[in-house]
Amino acid sequence: MLSVENLHVSYGAIKALHGVSLTVPQGAIVTLIGANGAGKSTTLRSLSGLVKSTAGSIKYDGREISKLPPHRIVGGGLCHVPEGRMIFSNLTVQENLKMGAYLQRDKKWITSQTDYVYSLFPRLKERESQAAGTLSGGEQQMLAIGRALLSRPKFLMLDEPSLGIAPLLVKTIFERIVEINREQGLTILLVEQNANLALDVSSYAYVLETGKILIEGPSAQVKADPQVQAAYLGA
Amino acid sequence: MNEIFQQLVNGLALGAVYALIAIGYTMVYGVLRFINFAHGDVFMLGSFTGYYIAPQIAEWFPLPGWAGWTAVMISTMIICAIIGIVIELLAYRPLRNRPRLTVLITAIGVSLLIEYTCQHKAFFGASQKAFPKLLPAGNFTMGGLSFNTTQFVVLGVTLILLAALTFIVKKTRIGMAMRAVSHNSAAASLMGISNTFIISFTFGLGSALAGAGGILYGMTYTGIEPLMGVNVGLKAFVAAVLGGIGNLPGAALGGLVLGVVETYAGGMSGISTYRDGIAFAILIIILIFKPTGLLGSKQIEKV
Repeated sequence: MLSVENLHVSYGAIKALHGVSLTVPQGAIVTLIGANGAGKSTTLRSLSGLVKSTAGSIKYDGREISKLPPHRIVGGGLCHVPEGRMIFSNLTVQENLKMGAYLQRDKKWITSQTDYVYSLFPRLKERESQAAGTLSGGEQQMLAIGRALLSRPKFLMLDEPSLGIAPLLVKTIFERIVEINREQGLTILLVEQNANLALDVSSYAYVLETGKILIEGPSAQVKADPQVQAAYLGA
Repeated sequence: MNEIFQQLVNGLALGAVYALIAIGYTMVYGVLRFINFAHGDVFMLGSFTGYYIAPQIAEWFPLPGWAGWTAVMISTMIICAIIGIVIELLAYRPLRNRPRLTVLITAIGVSLLIEYTCQHKAFFGASQKAFPKLLPAGNFTMGGLSFNTTQFVVLGVTLILLAALTFIVKKTRIGMAMRAVSHNSAAASLMGISNTFIISFTFGLGSALAGAGGILYGMTYTGIEPLMGVNVGLKAFVAAVLGGIGNLPGAALGGLVLGVVETYAGGMSGISTYRDGIAFAILIIILIFKPTGLLGSKQIEKV
């Protein structure tokens, strides 16, 4: 469904990605793990169009999207839940969800999808008319995921959904991610620093180091890799 | 006592024009984080659009008259909206990813370009022109106070436009998108919002209000000239800062406060010659003691 080939990204003089290639088949959960500064977020940001690649190709649904602006990419169902969540803290929870559905015209679908999001995350329903800035970190993450679900995604990219969140909520959020993948048939590309967690929920994994793919393989195999164990799993 | 109220009415009418222009400054600041110094000139172009379009409209609707006045207002707002969108397209859009200082200096350049081009005799010429009469003159007294039709219309139109603006920003899909872009443009683009379109729309909306301000100003002060936007534009900018830059109700409040203060100052013997100075003294005081303005909230620097 998504295939990235030889992707290069630079921030000014600093090269962040040196030829990343990866493939995500339809319906899968694929994870991208790696240390801080390895280029995980940059990879997602270039897939969603927030940063432009200097070389390489990004094919989504058979279409080259590396030159498209972000708002056109979302229209195709490739949705990005960015690092730090980037919710609209001055808008209410409900308005944030409405923003997610900005491109959707079908009012009935929006209502039923909003209900689905509330059923996944009942806390959001309770805080519906509260300013999103007043939510806890975990609730904001739920909102960011919910907002992305309202963009009618076929492919969801999640950037560090566990970052800065109470462990109990992390568990809930990851259970929901698996549930969304199963129930809505969503393909998911998950970026995580918490490698253990990410390898448990995914079927295939890529390990990124200083802008390059170092190791790839089925998640169970990657988890057993001694190099990965030493560097990322603290074994 | 009567004079105090009379001056209040005069001050509010002046402040209403400041408010309409200040909103444009504050909205553009909201989405692009820079001060569009050419905005005062769009206000001037609004006055001149009214000046040149009134005789055309008089062929269809009698002027002075309410129907003709409405037609002048609406067509001026549309033309100014287009002018604002074109300014953004030609001058600011190519600089979208440049440092903000570059854009700010460009804005000053655009402002000077408009002012001095319009002064050329091939365009408006430098001399003052008499703004056409758009509404039948009328005076009425209420509780011992005398109002003229123009003052009433200025205040009424401003209120209606502010209400319409509030509705657009708070209740419509595009208004919500404007707020989203102003809050976090990257996140907004991930929702499928085209920043480019929202920025154009914001310029159009702000410029339409400045155009309306231009007509209302012309109706009140009758004399218009190509440099009129300099002083009024700067005052409106002060009003936007006074209310809290980026804050819409703040801009409206700042405009009204500034108009009233200035009018009272102008009416007091001894300090009346300093009325312009007072606006800028207010700016300095605000920047020292409350840099976020009357209604502005503290901006948290994003990390």
